[in-house]
Amino acid sequence: MSAFQITWFTLLCAVGATVLIVPAGVPLAWLLARRRFRGRAVLEALVTMPLVVPPVATGLLLLVLFSRRGMLGALLERMGIGIVFTWKAVVLAMAVMGLPLLVRTARAGFEQVNTRYESVAATLGASPLRVFFTISLPLAWPAVLAGAVLAFARALGEFGATIVVAGSIPGATRTLAVAIYGYTETGQDRQALALVAIAIVIAFVALWASNRLIERRQA
Amino acid sequence: MIALDVELEQGAFTLVANVTLTSRAAALFGPSGAGKTTVLDTIAGLRTPRRGSIAVDDRVLFSSSARINLPPHQRRIGYVPQDVALFPHMNVRANLLYGNHQGSSPTLERVVEMLEITSLVDRRVTQLSGGERQRVALGRALMSSPSLLLLDEPLAAVDVPLRRRILPYLQRVRDELQVPIVYVSHDREEIDALADTVVRIENGRIAGVEAV
Repeated sequence: MSAFQITWFTLLCAVGATVLIVPAGVPLAWLLARRRFRGRAVLEALVTMPLVVPPVATGLLLLVLFSRRGMLGALLERMGIGIVFTWKAVVLAMAVMGLPLLVRTARAGFEQVNTRYESVAATLGASPLRVFFTISLPLAWPAVLAGAVLAFARALGEFGATIVVAGSIPGATRTLAVAIYGYTETGQDRQALALVAIAIVIAFVALWASNRLIERRQA
Repeated sequence: MIALDVELEQGAFTLVANVTLTSRAAALFGPSGAGKTTVLDTIAGLRTPRRGSIAVDDRVLFSSSARINLPPHQRRIGYVPQDVALFPHMNVRANLLYGNHQGSSPTLERVVEMLEITSLVDRRVTQLSGGERQRVALGRALMSSPSLLLLDEPLAAVDVPLRRRILPYLQRVRDELQVPIVYVSHDREEIDALADTVVRIENGRIAGVEAV
């Protein structure tokens, strides 16, 4: 399997993971920034968890949940959807690992929006949904975008959770990070380093774009 | 007519307000920290009283006994906060039209003409002077055809000469559009020019209601 194929597969999965978490993560970030409700602290801890527990542990939990006999896995199996050790497991691992970065960054963005704008919009007759889409989201947009880019960059480098829940099947689940590990294990340092260079370039571009967006917000 | 009878707690501060206003323009007057802005926030639905009732023209906005608490977007209360809070990501026109519903009066032409901001509609809000921002914020509130207009120190942010120039616009709103106004003011001259009733607020209590 060529370096190009591995890179392409990894990029596709990372894009998929980002697209998957944005519709859930952005409203969640707004909720944590603006609403006080029961279970808020628990929800926040749950979302942040993948950032602090060993990724391998997160992978193991996902494996338990999504395996054929797992709680969610059994359900999906009946619908004919298998997750573990497929590309879907790669996307899943990347999504779960990237979510905390999206939520935390977007949340900080929503918190910086002056609540007066939202209040005034409401007095002008805008429903909470309209306030979110016309005031909160546009004003927090750079942070939301930066959060999505960070989550994407994190997804690109995901290793620990991926290797447990998706394995390292060439052409099916082998990502950049997993391939680098595989090459190193078998003494193919030259191939490993080539992939390292690719990973560094992609991560650098993603983080640079993210920082630019944050700076533009502050300007 | 505005019928207000509320009790509200905010940390150590409590507001107890029981007043019925039939005036065209009422000024809330009192030292800072007395609870004037809290009164406006409560009428607009941005703060919820512990108990009581709020009605505008016999339309009940809040009633703890009847378990009514209309959300701000259903109250039809125009609110211009002290910092005016023009939406920074929209130009003047988009700000003015934000609360406007199809077919509701007044029209954009009428409002921009009355407030003399016709030449500003395509500007960014960051390019406006203090007095212009005040008038655009006022226009934005009027465009939502409110049944009541709340103004928090509408003239505090502008200097004295400008104050004299903005006052006539407020008088026009009061007289031409006939939208009742409740506003916060520190300034005696401003009160004499605009208000027909003064509500003195001290320490979260209404200390007196006087006709001007």
